[in-house]
Amino acid sequence: MTWDWHYTGEILPDLLDGLRVTVIATLLGYLIALVLGLVWTLLRRTPSRIVNQTVRWVVEFIRSTPLLVQLFFIFYVLPGWGLTLGALTAGVIGLGLHYSTYTSEVYRAGIADVPRGQWEACTALNLPRRRAWQDVILPQAVRKVVPALGNYLIAMFKDSPMLLAINVVELLGAAYHAGAETLRYLEPITVVGVLFVIVSVLSSIVVRRLEARYATH
Amino acid sequence: MPPTDTAPATPEESSENVPAGTARGAPDVPPQRTDAPGIRFEKVVKRFGRNVVLRELDFEVAPGERVTLIGPSGSGKTTILRLLMTLEKVDGGVIWIGDRPLSHMRRGDRLVPANEKHLHEMRKQVGMVFQQFNLFPNMNVLRNLTEAPMRVLGLSKDEAVERARRLLDMVGLADKIDAHPSQLSGGQQQRVAIARALAMEPKVLLLDEVTSALDPELVVGVQDLLRDIARGSDLTMLCVTHEMGFARDISDRVLMFDQGQIVEEGPPERIFEEPAEQRTRDFLQAVLAS
Repeated sequence: MTWDWHYTGEILPDLLDGLRVTVIATLLGYLIALVLGLVWTLLRRTPSRIVNQTVRWVVEFIRSTPLLVQLFFIFYVLPGWGLTLGALTAGVIGLGLHYSTYTSEVYRAGIADVPRGQWEACTALNLPRRRAWQDVILPQAVRKVVPALGNYLIAMFKDSPMLLAINVVELLGAAYHAGAETLRYLEPITVVGVLFVIVSVLSSIVVRRLEARYATH
Repeated sequence: MPPTDTAPATPEESSENVPAGTARGAPDVPPQRTDAPGIRFEKVVKRFGRNVVLRELDFEVAPGERVTLIGPSGSGKTTILRLLMTLEKVDGGVIWIGDRPLSHMRRGDRLVPANEKHLHEMRKQVGMVFQQFNLFPNMNVLRNLTEAPMRVLGLSKDEAVERARRLLDMVGLADKIDAHPSQLSGGQQQRVAIARALAMEPKVLLLDEVTSALDPELVVGVQDLLRDIARGSDLTMLCVTHEMGFARDISDRVLMFDQGQIVEEGPPERIFEEPAEQRTRDFLQAVLAS
């Protein structure tokens, strides 16, 4: 089997369309993961045992089940309960929900890493708890975990082809469709690999930059 | 300030209870020490697990008095400061600031453990400087000094900045206003931390081994600053230190602690020159030898 450049050129626009969907799904999912992860972490620190234990088990459950199962659940099971979501929406929610359990762990570690003296200074200055969190603890915790959070962005990007299973035409899906029409898979699948590498490398560079910037103070 | 926490002997409050650089130029009269409240520990017990750090400790600090706590490590000195800053809770007994309970609050004629609201109210009178400075590394020097005055005391930004500038001037760091803590030496950080504590205009200042983490050549600057503050203000001060020269300079009274109990107390000259107790002699010898 030889490489056909002409064919590659023909399928490339479709693949780039797929890449666009992949990037959108990843970024939206990541946004959900960043926000929801923080919500989990903060809820787990509330004094109410009912709240923090419930959240603990929910998070543990989500983390211990495969992303693919969760995607199927959201896309195929929820409509039975009256909640029908578009494929891309279901995919974004699935990715975000799944990865929020990882980012939650990252935030937890970052918060635990803020020295106790910082809390004590907040008390000594009589800062209310919410202020202490907002102005002192979280800014320091988040700074420390920017690299770890960035790595999850890249991991999530590489997990996004799973959305193919719920019929989202993302990058791999686009390649699969192109291949199915012509029965030539070499070019589309190879291009998918190359595009993943390019985006991953670019993201790593951005993440390293962020890391360097947040490490200064 | 709350109406009930001063001795009734104060018809007028001095609004100027922060030294603000007045120390050096101040006329040679003893400071008026009526605005600050006294402190009383009443059978205070503090345990960490099975380790009893304070056992039914009783002592009093007069309004405006400067007291230094000395003693071997683990003798409970730092715990006393931490209890006063409400960083720890008492396991028994009551702590009073002025005529109001700190660890407890009044409900009818009974005392019940303090809730957060009461603690918040009482903490307004107390400031603390820590061994490890504990500046906020995510904020510059100015913001470190304005954060709490704005968020807690409700000062406007202009008022808070003005106060911060005045205090930075006093601690000799006016030029570091935009610096981040990581860009400052330990001595400079501690001076900023002192300014930050004073920005809240406390009436009681707690100093917890404030020079222990500093390189030797930086100790003197911080001590000089604190001497000026002690001289130019009416703050009630409690100080834990291993620097006996400094303790002698700033204190009216020295309390020697061992195993959560006061072994002996008195004016610094007497404690340092003719200690009555063997344990005090042993301790002073060990400190001076180090």
